[in-house]
Amino acid sequence: MMILLLYVVVFVVAFFAVKYFSSRFGQVKDYTSLKTVTFGDESAVTPNRAASIISVLTIFLIWGAFTGSKLTPIHVPGPFVGETSFSYTAINAAGATDDATVSIVVYRLGQDVSPPEIAPGDGFARNNSAKIGAWRSKLIKAKNNDEGGKEQGYQIVAVNGVPIEVGMPVEIADGDVSLTAKGSLNFTPSKGLQIEPIWMPAPEAVWSRFVEILGQGYQGITLADHLGWSLIRVVAGFVAGSVVGIPLGYAMGLSGWFRGWFDPIVEFMRPVPPLALIPLVIIWFGIGETGKIILLFLAALWIMTIAARAGVSGVNITKVHAAYSLGASKRQVLRHVIVPNSLPEIFTGARVAMGVCWGTVVAAELVAAEKGAGKMIVAASKFQLTDIVIMGIILIGVIGFGIDILMRMAEKKLVPWKGK
Amino acid sequence: MRFDLPNGTSIQALKDVSLELKDGELLSVLGPSGCGKSTLLNILAGFLAPTEGKIVLNGNTVAGPGSERGMVFQNGALFEWMSVRANVDFGPRMKNTPKKERDQITDHLLETVGLGDFKDKAIYELSGGMQQRVALARCLANEPDVILMDEPLGALDALTREKMQGLVLDLWRETGKTIILITHSVEEALLLGERLLVMAPRPGRILKEYRLPFAERGVGGDLREVKKSDGFVETRDEILSMIWEMEDEIMGRTEDVA
Repeated sequence: MMILLLYVVVFVVAFFAVKYFSSRFGQVKDYTSLKTVTFGDESAVTPNRAASIISVLTIFLIWGAFTGSKLTPIHVPGPFVGETSFSYTAINAAGATDDATVSIVVYRLGQDVSPPEIAPGDGFARNNSAKIGAWRSKLIKAKNNDEGGKEQGYQIVAVNGVPIEVGMPVEIADGDVSLTAKGSLNFTPSKGLQIEPIWMPAPEAVWSRFVEILGQGYQGITLADHLGWSLIRVVAGFVAGSVVGIPLGYAMGLSGWFRGWFDPIVEFMRPVPPLALIPLVIIWFGIGETGKIILLFLAALWIMTIAARAGVSGVNITKVHAAYSLGASKRQVLRHVIVPNSLPEIFTGARVAMGVCWGTVVAAELVAAEKGAGKMIVAASKFQLTDIVIMGIILIGVIGFGIDILMRMAEKKLVPWKGK
Repeated sequence: MRFDLPNGTSIQALKDVSLELKDGELLSVLGPSGCGKSTLLNILAGFLAPTEGKIVLNGNTVAGPGSERGMVFQNGALFEWMSVRANVDFGPRMKNTPKKERDQITDHLLETVGLGDFKDKAIYELSGGMQQRVALARCLANEPDVILMDEPLGALDALTREKMQGLVLDLWRETGKTIILITHSVEEALLLGERLLVMAPRPGRILKEYRLPFAERGVGGDLREVKKSDGFVETRDEILSMIWEMEDEIMGRTEDVA
């Protein structure tokens, strides 16, 4: 909630700051800047590059600020770490009261510390010591330590002079103390606003984990292997789906018999999400490569079939007429008119299919696989290795984005007439 | 020609349309919308089979589209994934004409239509008028006996249109092809039609046939001068009032039905 609020604040502040600076320096003089109507004119809306940069920086800033990253200059308050102490007042069976001190060292998990050395002190209440990891809490069993603590009537009545009862915690300098029903004290050092690394590691932790996994691999399998296998499955499934789907789509666009025969199948299978097929594919083919490639084949097949069919129906009839009246045969019309004319549709379909395949392969690997990007993150999540999970998600995103860019570049190269 | 409709009724799109065209004649067909001009052209091209009657070209009955009847479409119907050259030599290429011969034809035709400098451009880089010139060249490259034009200049602006009308006349004279041109512009029909058919709707039929001198006058000359020459304005007004009458009749009839 606080993070969202902060994000909105940064958004608004950055908007006004950029507006102020760009109005003072560097007025852009181009055709668009002369347009007086920009609200509603989509062509006049260009992405503000400063906003894009600030947007990405803000994500990293918030990520760093809430995880205590060394990369960001500002942080929200972290958890208390260091030495602290509080005193408590106990009353014993005889009705006498005595004070004792609890000395505590709060340490970062993974560090090696020992509880502070203390003198037992005098009176029946004896001094205590404890070590507590940051973001954790600890029971301090004063009655086990104190003389007569097990006797009926022994009771802790105050902490730092403030009366304490069950359900009424007392705040002290570096945390708070509550009384359990069994009469022990529970100390919780203040957590601050930062998120614990097991929930959200700092950016540099993810980076160093990336470097580590790049070098050593994860669970004996290199990162390139994990990602490479996912990619190979996607490419194999996509190619198989295209090789079958595109001719099938053409046949459906060109022959009534094919359309009649396959329409019910395609129309039924198209709305079935490929993820729903995972259990069946596992039952039939197991968790090996065959099953995965068949799943991706099915994911790509219907999309490519429909794209090719749409490509055929998108051919302007006058172009087909023109080709026939220029003496072309059916085969020549297919090769020189229908296929090139359907390429833009097929490329659109291919981009969608690649996206769906990439999503499906990760999901299939999450369910069961020996290696792959999805397998890596699901294995890491079982050991609460959040840094590997986040790293995996980022890599999956980067690769998916890269695939789309490659497809767009191929499209530009192969169908330059699209949209003209 | 009768179209059966899904609801059991039928539309008589064309009825008793008989005409004979001599080699090298330029015929323009004019009529209000819905008079069956396009149906007639589709039958001539072989895209539609007539329900009655037949089309005979050089003694052969027309049964489907063929390269002896070239077509020029309203929007050009060019293949935008090919260069200008590949569009123009499409017909010869489909017949496996040797490359050298094809290039000769293409170069000559593109020079003729005034696109000598655009041979290897992509189609989408050309303006509408240029695209229509490519469409003309593509049709001529195939050496058809008859050229069928379906409102070939309909999508062009008025200025380009006037220039293209001159080009069509010049090509007609130069190649001596038989041309059938469908148009909804009275002036264009008058300027380009050696013979002119005015068609009437419901059922589509030939209302009146003219033989006109304007195409001859226009060849190699200034079309604007032709428009001012003897008889042009009178004929135009006569045809216009004929078409207006038909349009009024159509409107009246639909109101009666409603």
